[in-house]
Amino acid sequence: MTVFLVIIVIALFAVTVWQMSKIFDLSRGSHTDSSQVANERDNKVNGYLMLMFVIFLYVISIYCFWHYSKFYLPEAASEHGSEVDTLMFISIALIMFVQVLTQGLLHWFAYKYRGEKGKKALFFADNDKLEFIWTIIPVIVLAGLIIYGLFTWSDIMNINEEEDPLVIEIYAYQFDWRARYSGADNTLGKANVRFIQGVNQLGVDESDTYGNDDVIVNELHLPVGKPVLFKFRSQDVLHSAFFPHFRAQMNVVPGMITQFGFTPTITSEEMRESEYMVEKVGRINEIRKEKTKELMAAGEVPLDSYEFEYYLLCNKICGQGHYNMQMKIIVESEEDYNAWMKEQQTFGETMAAQQKTKEEIPADLEEVVQESEEVAVVEKKNN
Amino acid sequence: MSAVGHATVAHAHDDHGHDHHHEQTFITKYIFSTDHKMIAKQYLITGLLMGIIGIAMSVLFRMQLAWPEESFWIFEALLGKWAPDGVMTPEIYLALVTIHGTIMVFFVLTAGLSGTFSNLLIPLQIGARDMASGFLNMISYWLFFLSSVVMLSSLFVEAGPASAGWTIYPPLSALPQAIGGSGMGMTLWLSSMAIFIASSLMGSLNYIVTVINLRTKGMSMTRLPLTIWAFFVTAIIGVVSFPVLLSAALLLIMDRSFGTSFFLSDIFIQGEVLSHQGGSPVLFEHLFWFLGHPEVYIVILPAMGLVSEIMATNSRKPIFGYRAMVASILAIAFLSTIVWGHHMFISGMNPFLGSVFTFTTLLIAIPSAVKAFNWITTLWKGNLQMNPAMLFSIGFVSTFITGGLTGIILGDSTLDINVHDTYFVIAHFHLVMGISALYGLLAGVYHWFPKMFGRMMNKNLGFVHFWVTAIGAYGVFFPMHFIGMAGLPRRYYTNTYFPYFDDLADVNVVITVFAIITAAVQLVFLWNFFSSIFFGKKATMNPWNATTLEWTAPVEHIHGNWYGEIPSVYRWPYDYSKTNENGEYVITGQDFVPQNVPLQEGEEEMNH
Repeated sequence: MTVFLVIIVIALFAVTVWQMSKIFDLSRGSHTDSSQVANERDNKVNGYLMLMFVIFLYVISIYCFWHYSKFYLPEAASEHGSEVDTLMFISIALIMFVQVLTQGLLHWFAYKYRGEKGKKALFFADNDKLEFIWTIIPVIVLAGLIIYGLFTWSDIMNINEEEDPLVIEIYAYQFDWRARYSGADNTLGKANVRFIQGVNQLGVDESDTYGNDDVIVNELHLPVGKPVLFKFRSQDVLHSAFFPHFRAQMNVVPGMITQFGFTPTITSEEMRESEYMVEKVGRINEIRKEKTKELMAAGEVPLDSYEFEYYLLCNKICGQGHYNMQMKIIVESEEDYNAWMKEQQTFGETMAAQQKTKEEIPADLEEVVQESEEVAVVEKKNN
Repeated sequence: MSAVGHATVAHAHDDHGHDHHHEQTFITKYIFSTDHKMIAKQYLITGLLMGIIGIAMSVLFRMQLAWPEESFWIFEALLGKWAPDGVMTPEIYLALVTIHGTIMVFFVLTAGLSGTFSNLLIPLQIGARDMASGFLNMISYWLFFLSSVVMLSSLFVEAGPASAGWTIYPPLSALPQAIGGSGMGMTLWLSSMAIFIASSLMGSLNYIVTVINLRTKGMSMTRLPLTIWAFFVTAIIGVVSFPVLLSAALLLIMDRSFGTSFFLSDIFIQGEVLSHQGGSPVLFEHLFWFLGHPEVYIVILPAMGLVSEIMATNSRKPIFGYRAMVASILAIAFLSTIVWGHHMFISGMNPFLGSVFTFTTLLIAIPSAVKAFNWITTLWKGNLQMNPAMLFSIGFVSTFITGGLTGIILGDSTLDINVHDTYFVIAHFHLVMGISALYGLLAGVYHWFPKMFGRMMNKNLGFVHFWVTAIGAYGVFFPMHFIGMAGLPRRYYTNTYFPYFDDLADVNVVITVFAIITAAVQLVFLWNFFSSIFFGKKATMNPWNATTLEWTAPVEHIHGNWYGEIPSVYRWPYDYSKTNENGEYVITGQDFVPQNVPLQEGEEEMNH
């Protein structure tokens, strides 16, 4: 990487120096014209540079596809995701084809038809047939893409309620996420920010019995292979729930409930063991090792080794902590999921516990207090 | 009425020959000028100054992205309390991103580009003495200047300038509790934009009226240069869409200051519930993008017009498919007002609407493709004169294609789900409207500099400027597609706060190095520009051997543009290398025929 950088910088520097020398050359000699209008020599030099430029374009494209395509997200971890990826690859193949062709023609013509004395340009103002051809070809190709895209889009967005999806609320606030499971009745209790008080951090309506079995957590567990319907709610400003590995995203809008549904297909464990992820995590840990060396030298705490987890990111500018607003997602087998769910306290239990023992601080609240302290620390750091 | 006025001016010139009968003071000539040529220069220089600030900001935040949370003395020097010990804070990072976007889109590429060249070229190319209303034109510039001052002054507000992104989505932009920049900074942002919109509307109305009413004898609509078509249609889009942004801004001001709830509902922030109820941020998104999307065409259409003109002149060939070019400008203009929803596929609006907007969005690729193919064909079998303006025009087509193609991905609602608001979007719109429109602006400056300042710019410095910029621009934005597809969200203060994106850090360094080089080479341009104003070689009347009317006007700027009568027009503007049946040029020894030359004996007129 550094080598590439150095080469680029040197190449640019060389071009600059060469051009500068040309300037001096021109300004010295009395043989040149000083009209500041391109002459034969300029046409020639720039014509050749045009040719070199398109080669540069091809090289940078190949370089990027060769070295950077490994950054493309791993295999989609949701049912609809693979369709998105297929459409993506078709589109990329198509646009790269057009890109190579048109850039080639543009720069080739710029080189081939560079001005020369005595050359006569062709007076070619119109050709209905040609123009018809290059109107109709995009029409046909785009029609294909539009139809393909729209079918996929409606497949993704039209949520099939008959499959009885697991309903989960994703709740966003500056700068963290919460998940509220709808519990045994698979129905979320009503909620509004006006009910927010104490441990009832999400503003669940206590008088709504549907809410009693809701489970509020700060990491998202999903059973593999089961359709999930997410309902999104925001407490303060716009956020966007971005699940890159699941090819899913939806804005989280205060005052309105938005939704998105998908079926996770690959567990966290499987993803961790995939060739892609082993390689990626390996690279990241390499980098962390390097950093640790520096940190140790400076007498600071070394970094832990990194292990992959799915995550949910905020992807709509939401304030100064926007860059660090995420939630861990764990996709696991149905049994593991059920076992985990059993350990969680329901909303009803939390509220009852709080009612009963007002004098002693319930565990949940302690967590909340701790967390708000953490937030405060982050804020302080950022200030 | 103005037509009558101009007729009088014409007579005055006839009577007095070269004498100026109005004594102009410094103030009326250089400051409160009503002369379109002077106003064009004022727009250009203000636009360039804003451009310097906007680009400098991008360099600052690119440095933060490449070397996150590292200390730089330059941060401390420029950002002061926002960079304690030289480390940029997240607040100022967001503010820089926001103001960079605002300045580049509105102040540089709308006012700086369209304002400069519409003012300069409309009267000169259609054969008019001046704009329909010189006074309105002057007010338009000074409102623009005022809005620039207000925008810049917001940088010095204690709680920081607006920092909710250039799209200023509420509630973030409405609540000072949510982010510091949404206090006084946002108020100034909104005031500045309100003034800007007033300026833009006055300018646009003036352009429309001038093009419709003040064309010289023989200048039918189908004999207009493509520049004028582009400016004319741009002005129409502006008149249609800018008022909607004004309404959005007004409603936001009411929400912020007068307790209304157009965009706010159910908000709990900083431990208290706000009383706002029933509004919707999605409404704001609709209003914003109803301007916001046409805005990108307001930015790119004038650049397209300039490029078409420059390309034909320097290829010594007519622009290929003039009628198709005009038709595609009109098609783009029409479609541009019905595609705004593609910014909102995942905003929570009804997915069916998403389908409709995918359809209209991909349609807009068709006229764009036609334009690109026509430009390429214009080069074919030409006799290309590689002036700096021509290089930037070819560069424009290149970046427009590269950036435009990825629009096919973003315009597809299905694919947008996963690349929405990632660096992929940044790569796309910077190439297709940012870099392309800047190339259009620069091409225009190199090409019409002799018309504006009566001197030539140094071509060799122009070549250096172009080639380094061309390589640098691709170096910055091409790799961005890949980190975008890796799922890296935009507007993150640092990408290494959690480990997942650590392996992208190198790419960010490459991008920033290219950005710094590219920004640095713009200094070559600035030097060339300002030194050529004073020391450039004196220009001749028609240095590029062009056909359009502005090159028949004298080099020195006079009130009313032409001595004596306004030239009449006898042909379309693209008679380059036109030959008679015997293969000889229409005018012997000259490969172009200016528009004011009558048809020669035995010459066939083009069907326009």
